[in-house]
Amino acid sequence: MSVNVFVLLAMGGAVGFLSGMFGVGGGFLITPLLIFYNIPPAIAVATGANQVIASSFSGALAHFKRKSLDLKLGTVLLAGGIVGASLGVSVFAYLRRLGQLDLIVSLLYVAFLGVVGGLMLMESVRAIRRSQGGQTVTLRKPGQHNWIHRLPLKMRFRASKLFVSVIPVLALGAFIGFLASIMGVGGGFIMVPALIYLLKVPTNVVIGTSLFQIIFVAAFTTIIHSTANQTVDVVLAFLLMVGGVAGAQYGARVGQRLRGEQLRALLALLVLAVALRLGFDLFSRPESVYSLSVGGV
Amino acid sequence: MRLCSIVTTPVLLLLPVLAARAQSEIPENIQIGLSTDQVSITSDFSGAELTIFGALDNADPLVARQGRYDVVVVLEGPPRAVTVRKKTRVAGMWINTQSVIFRDVPASYSMALTRAPQDITAPAGYRQLALGAGNLHLQPLDADGDPKTIEEFTRALRERKEAQGLYSTRAGGVRFLSQSLFRASLRLAPNVAVGTHRARAFLFRNGMFLRETSAQLTIRKAGLEQRLYQFAHENSTLYGVFAVLIAIVTGWLGRLIFRKD
Repeated sequence: MSVNVFVLLAMGGAVGFLSGMFGVGGGFLITPLLIFYNIPPAIAVATGANQVIASSFSGALAHFKRKSLDLKLGTVLLAGGIVGASLGVSVFAYLRRLGQLDLIVSLLYVAFLGVVGGLMLMESVRAIRRSQGGQTVTLRKPGQHNWIHRLPLKMRFRASKLFVSVIPVLALGAFIGFLASIMGVGGGFIMVPALIYLLKVPTNVVIGTSLFQIIFVAAFTTIIHSTANQTVDVVLAFLLMVGGVAGAQYGARVGQRLRGEQLRALLALLVLAVALRLGFDLFSRPESVYSLSVGGV
Repeated sequence: MRLCSIVTTPVLLLLPVLAARAQSEIPENIQIGLSTDQVSITSDFSGAELTIFGALDNADPLVARQGRYDVVVVLEGPPRAVTVRKKTRVAGMWINTQSVIFRDVPASYSMALTRAPQDITAPAGYRQLALGAGNLHLQPLDADGDPKTIEEFTRALRERKEAQGLYSTRAGGVRFLSQSLFRASLRLAPNVAVGTHRARAFLFRNGMFLRETSAQLTIRKAGLEQRLYQFAHENSTLYGVFAVLIAIVTGWLGRLIFRKD
């Protein structure tokens, strides 16, 4: 496998720029981009997880300083995340043996990016229309409860001003951990809306908490992938990190000048474009119907 | 020399007889030498030419002058198990549905010849020596499978390896520099496998196989990459921890350098 150092730096930089601009980890863009660059999906996923650690760590530090993260909530999410990630890595190894890993990774990406991108686009278009009408939108309506708040084993999370059952928190953590290990993402793009809409966590602690738990889940995933599949490429990941960390700073500056709903609409379009491209590859006739892989288990 | 041979025609007529006698005593031999027994490749390796020098011992000058010695040089990559998968269309999507595992498939197979293969010897000659990518004995792990499927996948395996530039044939890749000295240039593909490769040279005279010789060549990743590669495969957990630490340090440094608050 031979790759160009500058292409990787640029790729990391571009994704870092976007992640800084939109406040997302960028793992969900890095892995598909690596796949488009002909890196085998197994390596793209594990290396993506490694790259995510750097950007989440850098982001979480900022939130830690501002105290805009809920350590207790993060830790419970993390406990679920570790269980989910362990399960995910074994499923990953099994799919790889079956020769279906590439397919499942692509399908998961198409499904999640399609749904998340679509929802975000609808929501932001609605918000743009509404703001043109002069109304303001609040995401959280205090006092409003749903079925999640009736589950047993309640726990108090002071920083989030929450009193909820640990079951949905653990389940959410496990689900994200599972996806993280199979897709090589931090899972922020699912975690953030889930915390806001399902658990009603206040928006100001959501991103910090999500980043905090992503660091550990991504670190755990990286180590497990390295042990079980030897698919982590440090050099590749490092180049992406350097580009990413630098790009994120400029992205954040540009992001401050754009308005929230326009930003979300742009991100939604980008997410949909990546989903479409991956979907197109699934349905278009491959260059050759035969493929080789080393090893025969 | 030419003048001499014109004048002494009877001697010339005698030569083959003499040569034949000389041969039965000391047969031709072939030797090859590699300038290095190790090739290091870097991560931006985009393929290279590998030159192998060789010599014929006790070459019959007459046969050599008529160009009837032929040399075939092969560089064979380390054998590995390979799974060949076939995609078919399921619900509109292209999905891997069938697979055949082959064992001991050479990772690469590049061949250089003095002339086009058919001009050196008959196809049967190559088959006997298992010489040429088409004659490699590719054996499926499950030998009891449907012979038709196995044949199809064997063909696909060769075809994919050729498409990746790993199996190649280069007519004219071996040139005689003098009557007994030759040079073979082989292509190392960008995705050449690391490990022990075997270079083999085959000597033919008038389409008859005479002798074979071989040498070894180790292809490895260069410096840092070789160490990382070894580290990742031998101490994979520690490598994972190392990868995480690098990420954390990079993230932290990034924050230090670019922080605004």
